[in-house]
Amino acid sequence: MLSRRIFMRNGAFALVSLGFAPSFLARTAYAQDRTRRAKRLIAIFQRGAVDGLSVVVPFGDEGYYRARPTIAIARPKSGEAGAIDLDGFFGFNPRMQPLKTFWDNRALAIVHACGSPDTTRSHFDAQDYMESATPGVKSTPDGWLNRYLQVRKDGAAAVSTPFRAVSLTQQLPRMLQGVAPALAMNQISQFGIRGGQTAGASFEAQYAAAADRVLNGTGRETFDAIRMLKDTNPASYQPDNGAEYPRSPFGQALKQIGQLTKADVGLEVAFADVGGWDTHVNQGSSQGQLANRLGDFASGIAALVTDLGSRMADTVVLTMSEFGRAVGENGNRGTDHGHGNAMMVMGGGVRGGKVFGAWPGLAPEKRYEGRDLAVTTDFRDVFGEIVVRHLGVSDPRSIFPGYAMNPARFPGLFA
Amino acid sequence: MTNATRHAVLLSLALAVVTGPAGLASPPGPASSAAIVHVLNRVAFGPSPGDIEHVRTIGISRYIDEQLHPDRLADAGMEARLAGLNTLRMTSREIAEEYEIPQLKARLAKRQAGAKDGDQPEPPAPEQQRRANLVVVELSQQKLLRAAYSERQLQEVLVDFWFNHFNVDARKGADRFLLTEYERETIRPHVLGKFRDLLGATAKSPAMLFYLDNWMSADPNGPHPDTRASTSRVNRFGRERFGGRFPQMDQLAAQKKNAPKGLNENYGRELMELHTLGVDGGYTQKDVTEVARALTGWTIQTPRLGGSFRFDPRLHDPGEKIVLGHVIKAGGGEGDGEQVLDILARHPSTARFISTALVRRFVSDTPPPVLVDRAAARFRQTDGDLREVMRTILTSPEFLSPESYAAKTKTPLEFVVSSIRATGAVMPTAQDALPLVRQLRELGMPLYSCQPPTGYKDTADAWVNTGALVGRMNFALDLASSKVGAIAVENRDALADGGLAALVGHDLSESTRTTVERATSGPQKIALVLGSPEFQRR
Repeated sequence: MLSRRIFMRNGAFALVSLGFAPSFLARTAYAQDRTRRAKRLIAIFQRGAVDGLSVVVPFGDEGYYRARPTIAIARPKSGEAGAIDLDGFFGFNPRMQPLKTFWDNRALAIVHACGSPDTTRSHFDAQDYMESATPGVKSTPDGWLNRYLQVRKDGAAAVSTPFRAVSLTQQLPRMLQGVAPALAMNQISQFGIRGGQTAGASFEAQYAAAADRVLNGTGRETFDAIRMLKDTNPASYQPDNGAEYPRSPFGQALKQIGQLTKADVGLEVAFADVGGWDTHVNQGSSQGQLANRLGDFASGIAALVTDLGSRMADTVVLTMSEFGRAVGENGNRGTDHGHGNAMMVMGGGVRGGKVFGAWPGLAPEKRYEGRDLAVTTDFRDVFGEIVVRHLGVSDPRSIFPGYAMNPARFPGLFA
Repeated sequence: MTNATRHAVLLSLALAVVTGPAGLASPPGPASSAAIVHVLNRVAFGPSPGDIEHVRTIGISRYIDEQLHPDRLADAGMEARLAGLNTLRMTSREIAEEYEIPQLKARLAKRQAGAKDGDQPEPPAPEQQRRANLVVVELSQQKLLRAAYSERQLQEVLVDFWFNHFNVDARKGADRFLLTEYERETIRPHVLGKFRDLLGATAKSPAMLFYLDNWMSADPNGPHPDTRASTSRVNRFGRERFGGRFPQMDQLAAQKKNAPKGLNENYGRELMELHTLGVDGGYTQKDVTEVARALTGWTIQTPRLGGSFRFDPRLHDPGEKIVLGHVIKAGGGEGDGEQVLDILARHPSTARFISTALVRRFVSDTPPPVLVDRAAARFRQTDGDLREVMRTILTSPEFLSPESYAAKTKTPLEFVVSSIRATGAVMPTAQDALPLVRQLRELGMPLYSCQPPTGYKDTADAWVNTGALVGRMNFALDLASSKVGAIAVENRDALADGGLAALVGHDLSESTRTTVERATSGPQKIALVLGSPEFQRR
């Protein structure tokens, strides 16, 4: 821990943080960093198990309509209520319209029938497994994104910044927990010492002099972060390219990720989550409960990608949810917990405009345990491909312990 | 600490070493303030005003001995403080009937109504939401009040330690209403008792059976015919039992997806990895499977309705098992699981693993090997008597060594509670603890809500991060100016005038002393001590 911090301080930013350097110098340090094209990953977790069959609709599979007499999304060309055709077999839920333009630009790829080798249908366990990336092993101490941060302490990532990994959540998610520093903040405009200038300056002096090296180092990072955030002036942020973030909590979380990315504070990994997907009752189809959540979800991500503009060349946005939902609708016009699901991957270098993964089919005999969409792509192969081919980790073994990562099994998301 | 006091401590320590461990029971001369603060930081949740004088009067060794026998310490004030928290005294079944079943019924009714009407369901009403959370909230208030004000400080530290060792997350389904009984009946009575009793109690607790899924682990070759007449009429989902009283519950309880389908190794694995042997304790995957087989049939009667432990022979694998080289004969039934717990509780790896965890908590993030050896030896000599293991640790030269002073970083719980204690802050009612429950959530340590079975980490690296430090400084500022709900900090002038700094005990840095001296108001001075780097250590 100590040696890591000291090691990481040996970057350009160390010069800045040793004294009370003006903010332009901090910006310069990161601007140089950016010319080295530090890659970014923005991970979005749909907590509660979204019904992937209503998000990326397999309208070409007759089994879909047989299994869902009241909640299926109609075939394309059925007017506004119909799916948005993507490739003649799959279509978006109509409320996913804001993301269609990125599909058309080939910046958005989908991996369907993707999920965990573990059989659990517990939200609790499945989220844990997806965040630790060790399905079936509960005692893994850290999350896979934190292990990525631990691995990438070389090269471009050697520059220390408190904003290297930020979660726009109250608590640090399991995915980012571990020995590498990561920050959880709900509202970046409220990240500061409440007692005014005097209290902040006094605490800063105390921590600068602290004999405890961990507290000393973290104290510096903390006051660096407060200063840097102040410079970004979060209250008056204006998104670029006419991006309009939803006013929902999810939209505001993504807006802050956009803001931190563009503030050049060294953001490499960002995380946000969004709930409300556990649609056991009255799920709806092209309208209703799920469609409303999808509208917020899609317009939020569309705003973020629009706002980031050219920075998306170095960025990947990844969406995930702990498992999918049963193929057949239940007795309450909803869906129960299932297995395989759809993930989305957007950004620079992504071979978009394509649905990846073998489609197992929805006929009862093709289903997992007779009821759920079978998993044909292990979610770790999606994470793994992003870690290797986007983030540039040559040896991902320590990030995915216990898994024999084989590039031959990667979906092929990156050229 | 001044050089003179440090010298005195070293001298007394040297004498103690010369006279051997027995000599530590009565160290010569009065103990230094630094040593007393150290003991209060470890045996208790930090010193309160008056504590240092009290320990100086009775002596460190007597204080530790008293804390090792909590039942001998009067603590009547605690009962009065907790009187208003009704769920604390209820059984899981009572809690289920009062708080869970009405909600489940309402949800089922809504589902049935919703299926007819079509439109989307409404989110739960605020009152319903409040009631749903009430059980864990009251439990959390209780924990904070006891930690802050109980005279039986070591007992509270140990309840926290052992709950965390046998962690269960309130957010996993039914566990939200099983934890009150779990802490009260399973953990608390055993923290200074025999390890085997504590282990057995957790193994049979509905909270653990549900959390680590053992309740639904079954012999894949089952179900076997039940030859015992007494249980054969009640199915495992309590169908007959609840069918008459709550017809809708029958439907809920009998949901097919919960029917056990085969062996579930979760508990078997964590039992060895986290509860007893430790990950390097010398077991194999084969042992995990064998332990899981032995524990099949250890299940819960009506799990979602607050039911208790039950052995169900229909789910149990009757064959022979071999666990860590011990043969468990075929046909042992419920006794198979007891044999497994006996084997694990008496295994040398367990003595070492438990001793290491206790030394890490009470002495240092890097446990001194010689002390771990002595504690583990005591564990084995006494058949896992936790009071004797604690006595070995708390009277050891390693524990009392100045090298151990302030060697630990406070967890958020320890920081918040020690702040309350150090300032002598007053909470007139149990409800005043509520803002602290929220505070701990914001500091990343929500009570009773640690997701993985590992529990919260006990080392500095887990708790020192940027967001957490900002949170701690802001809490210090809020508490010092009495802005944390109705929690009142009194005698601010005396605290600001050096009283608080004395409670920190170890050397405040030049910088901290200067900033405190320069601060212009009492609350500011108090905040600058509580938020200082030195106060983040214990």
